[in-house]
Amino acid sequence: MILDLPRFVEAERPHWTALEKTLAWLETNPGGKLTIEEAARFHELYERAGDDLTRVASFAAEGELQRYLAWLVSRAYAEIHEVRHHTPFRPWRWFTVEFPNTFRRHVRAFQLAALLTLLGAVFGGGAIHYDPDAKAVLMPFDNLRITPAQRVAIERAQEGKQLSGRKGSFSAQLMTHNTQVALTALALGMSFGFGTVILLFYNGLLLGAVALDYIAGGQTTFLLGWLLPHGVIEIPAILIGGQAGLVIAHALIGWGDRSSRAERLRHISRDVVTLAGGVAILLVWAGLVEAFVSQYHEPVVPYGLKIAFGLIEALLLTTFLARSGLSREARDAR
Amino acid sequence: MRAETVLIRTPEGIEFALPLAGPFSRMLAFAVDFAAIAAAGMLLARLLAPLQLFSADAAQSAITVLYFAISLLYGILTEWFWRGQTVGKRLLGLRVVEASGLRLRPSQIIVRNLLRFVDLLPGLYLIGGVCCVVSNRRQRLGDIAAGTIVVRTPQLKEPDVDQVLGRKFNSLAEHRHLAARLRQKVPAKVAHLALEAILRRDEIQPSARLVLFREFGEYLKHVVSYPAEMVEQLTDEQYVRNTVDVLFQHSSLASPETMKRKLSVTTDR
Repeated sequence: MILDLPRFVEAERPHWTALEKTLAWLETNPGGKLTIEEAARFHELYERAGDDLTRVASFAAEGELQRYLAWLVSRAYAEIHEVRHHTPFRPWRWFTVEFPNTFRRHVRAFQLAALLTLLGAVFGGGAIHYDPDAKAVLMPFDNLRITPAQRVAIERAQEGKQLSGRKGSFSAQLMTHNTQVALTALALGMSFGFGTVILLFYNGLLLGAVALDYIAGGQTTFLLGWLLPHGVIEIPAILIGGQAGLVIAHALIGWGDRSSRAERLRHISRDVVTLAGGVAILLVWAGLVEAFVSQYHEPVVPYGLKIAFGLIEALLLTTFLARSGLSREARDAR
Repeated sequence: MRAETVLIRTPEGIEFALPLAGPFSRMLAFAVDFAAIAAAGMLLARLLAPLQLFSADAAQSAITVLYFAISLLYGILTEWFWRGQTVGKRLLGLRVVEASGLRLRPSQIIVRNLLRFVDLLPGLYLIGGVCCVVSNRRQRLGDIAAGTIVVRTPQLKEPDVDQVLGRKFNSLAEHRHLAARLRQKVPAKVAHLALEAILRRDEIQPSARLVLFREFGEYLKHVVSYPAEMVEQLTDEQYVRNTVDVLFQHSSLASPETMKRKLSVTTDR
């Protein structure tokens, strides 16, 4: 018990002020390091403030003082007890090693995302095949309501000039829109995966319906030439967004894992961030290709060249995701 | 049941409570941040306007991409550089901290900001708001995934107790042991209510004021009994004023800035 509170406060204030100054320095210099002596003094001040907090707790009228000391102690606690290793961010290493490794670590979630999209595509294609009247519902886009042959004729007649003077802004819109879709697929993992599953299925449904419409209209070559250059990057990127969503859902549900939900979520948070970053980079590339390559058709750019370009991209992406960042030990172990 | 605070016990045995921020203050902070992003977008459009002279397409694409980047990265960067605070949180006195009281990690900041996409659904922050209201620790989905909480940072202000007595003599402060007991036994809420009643006395109707100070006086006399000869000459209001002076005047905590000005620092880093 403190009988003379004013004297106690006057005696302790310099120590609180010193602790606060050190905290302010540490908080404004995230990479700053204390010397051994400074660290020892910092720890001593922290313990002293903690002791003061305990003593002041018996003085109910000193709510303001208690709150101040609790805030001081909590900040010092965060600095002193934070021992988790912080690795510096190296962009190239992150993209070429951490991203593909994370992708492979959760490859089952990617496979599930691909399967859901495929199921959606089969459903969409089947719906268009068996019920052509459903086209207006499944493809609610004005330019998709005319026949594929009409669309191809219009596109070819424009010779890539339909985006003349606005390729850059079109590319920017594609990048931002697709990133939003992929990040929504990721974030919907917090609905225990239901939202992610629905979004992936719906994306597949649209894709399947459009693809079958072109194939049934005899425009398969045009479809491949139009879709492959950007689609081989864009579709996997959105699937990786869905993969991250399914990883979150798995951590929330916790099948076969006895750790707490908070621990499971903490465990996957870095992986989710890595997948999200990888998705954003892939979608920037896909947006550029869609605006500057995909919109040119024959006779400006031969379909064969566009298809070949898309296939090469697909091969490179597959190789990158499957092989990049594999350590020699991991390769030997296979 | 929803908690008002999060209690943390350190390995050294120190226990402290972090007061959780309510949904309303968080909503206001978000509104400020939303306005800050919109202002940044407008500023960006003005800054890039000259680019339109060379290429309208390039200017438009730069605005689209940069605005998207700002809206996505605003929360991440401000919370990283300001230790869990955005402009809105700074103004409202809020801060994001790890649920266990430790320092925020970059991945936690990114996750809680990325998951805003789902918290915002179906519009007007509905999912996030409902989660914040019903969750034990007032967390939105982004907070749950990242293992973070939003707490109120204390606004440390020295109460203006000079108005309580002016320069008048306070007989109650003479008995230091009774003054100490008073400070120990009077609950913080009552002490602040009494101070508030004195500071706002002129706003209270005279009849209501008499009743109010009589009730305060009776309560305070019940908590600690002073010798009868000391208090019999004092009105109820004067008794409450003297008591509040004892409670606050000699023990109130100055703001950190005031402390730094007033006191010489014995330890420097």
